[in-house]
Amino acid sequence: MGQIHLEKVRKAFGDVVIIPELDLQIEDGEFVVFVGPSGCGKSTLLRLIAGLEDTTGGKIVIDGQDATDLPPAKRRLAMVFQSYALYPHMSVRKNIAFPLKMAKLDQGEIDKRVANAAKILNLDNYLDRRPGQLSGGQRQRVAIGRAIVREPAAFLFDEPLSNLDAALRVGMRLEISELHQRLETTMIYVTHDQIEAMTMADKIVVLRAGNIEQVGSPLELYSQPRNLFVAGFIGSPKMNLISGEPASSRNAATIGIRPEHLTLSTSEGAWKGKVKVAEHLGSDTFLHVDTPLHEEPLTVRADGEFPVRHGATVYLTPDESKIHRFDDKGLAIR
Amino acid sequence: MARNVSTGRKIGTTILAWAVGLLIFFPILWTFLTSFKTELQAIAIPPVFVDFHWTLENYETIQSQSNYFHFMLNSVYLSLGSTLLGLIFAIPAAWAMAFSPTKRTKDVLLWMLSTKMLPAVGVLIPIYLLFVNFGLLDSRLGLIVVLFLIDLPIIVWMLYTYFKEIPGEILEAARMDGATLRQEIIEVLTPMAVPGIASTVLLNVILSWNEAFWTLQLTTTQAAPLTQFIASFSSPEGNFYAKLSAASMLAIAPILIVGWFSQKQLVRGLTFGAVK
Repeated sequence: MGQIHLEKVRKAFGDVVIIPELDLQIEDGEFVVFVGPSGCGKSTLLRLIAGLEDTTGGKIVIDGQDATDLPPAKRRLAMVFQSYALYPHMSVRKNIAFPLKMAKLDQGEIDKRVANAAKILNLDNYLDRRPGQLSGGQRQRVAIGRAIVREPAAFLFDEPLSNLDAALRVGMRLEISELHQRLETTMIYVTHDQIEAMTMADKIVVLRAGNIEQVGSPLELYSQPRNLFVAGFIGSPKMNLISGEPASSRNAATIGIRPEHLTLSTSEGAWKGKVKVAEHLGSDTFLHVDTPLHEEPLTVRADGEFPVRHGATVYLTPDESKIHRFDDKGLAIR
Repeated sequence: MARNVSTGRKIGTTILAWAVGLLIFFPILWTFLTSFKTELQAIAIPPVFVDFHWTLENYETIQSQSNYFHFMLNSVYLSLGSTLLGLIFAIPAAWAMAFSPTKRTKDVLLWMLSTKMLPAVGVLIPIYLLFVNFGLLDSRLGLIVVLFLIDLPIIVWMLYTYFKEIPGEILEAARMDGATLRQEIIEVLTPMAVPGIASTVLLNVILSWNEAFWTLQLTTTQAAPLTQFIASFSSPEGNFYAKLSAASMLAIAPILIVGWFSQKQLVRGLTFGAVK
């Protein structure tokens, strides 16, 4: 079980309101990612759920029980911190066993669970080492191990991969996703990296300034962003947002078109432009094209083999059915 | 990359460091030498350095005149007692200020420190009267309490700065893992802060060991520590420098030895690597 329900949750530090008032329903077994730019309140929201911060108002219900005033340990949640927060003076074994020791389990059960977690996370050979003798990825696994052994109702991850280098990050991302499928436990994952959000989530919660901008599956957010913020935040490279004539002719204040929904041609097309920068990724080539439509260059995805030079003239044609339209308040017109 | 330092510069800094070290160490060395001289040699002009008739006579006289171990034991009781009491109060206080600071935390810390600026003699009469009324004069308990109160601000300050270095996330992890406040402090915070606590303990043991004002004012015989022991060799019999030096050496020897052996422990940090 791991159903978490937030009702009108509010958080303010003195006069500074971090989270104005927020409702959210997290279902059992879901992988939910809170994503948003730094300072959007996503970590605070996670800490409110964990019980590490007190709410200013509202209710947090975990599995039907009002947990608003419960201390962190009583919420049956396990948390993995950005800094791993391992106990430096304890061996890996003792680190993983710590929550079980606190729960006063008998030693046989503790050993069994620690061995099991170590096996899942490939930590068998490191159990007697100290955290200081481990690499970043291994420390991260120990932190996850410490969370797993508790068999919690839900896992909370606070930017767990941001201290790892890029290659390791991709590997750990997969490991965490696999772990989720294996354990089928609710996971709440905070990140500012929209790629992590897209690749791991069942449900993404996009936050800005403590407000939920949109909740949905990765593909929903990608194909039907509710507003300009979500449209600009989700997707890499970013959606091209164009205002002015091309927008008004389509009855919108701003239109958005993703790089892969622009057709590229060297001979003819709707919009003419000049290639400013070409980024060759091998499988794809991203072109940044200067056009008279817009101050910022438009980003276009082309085939990896697309023959192109800096300064070459190209023509872009948008796929009309894939154009997103936004009104003057930034909300999507459907 | 290591910095490139010329040999001449290395020699220069080495000589300078030794010179400063010797300068600081000289009074102790001189006391040490004097303690083995006869009274006449001790006041000889020009002074003799090492070329004198070494004698243990002063130490023998001192031991026969007074019970060194009685005073030393009192010093041990007073310094350890006041430090231990200080830790019991200061660990929770420093914990609270380091990990749940409020707007006033800095003010509280400064206010505590400001009590150290009060001249001790300013509160001599009230404290003396309290001691008289409570029957605490010349008692170890009374002196432990006074020394504890004197050193408390320093203990809190030191622990506060050490605790500040410990990432709060580790304590939050302990809280998530189900540790009670007591377990959090005893099983997680304290072991991580051991080097800090150790140096705090050492410094405060030394401070209490050397504390002379209150120990001289509030004790006579029963609770008298080594400061009284030294003092007893200075005033009544005139200036017997050799015996005084021997008494001083005996008084500082234990703390010197403790300091010598613990310095490595103090410098060695706890294994890092739990964070980042």
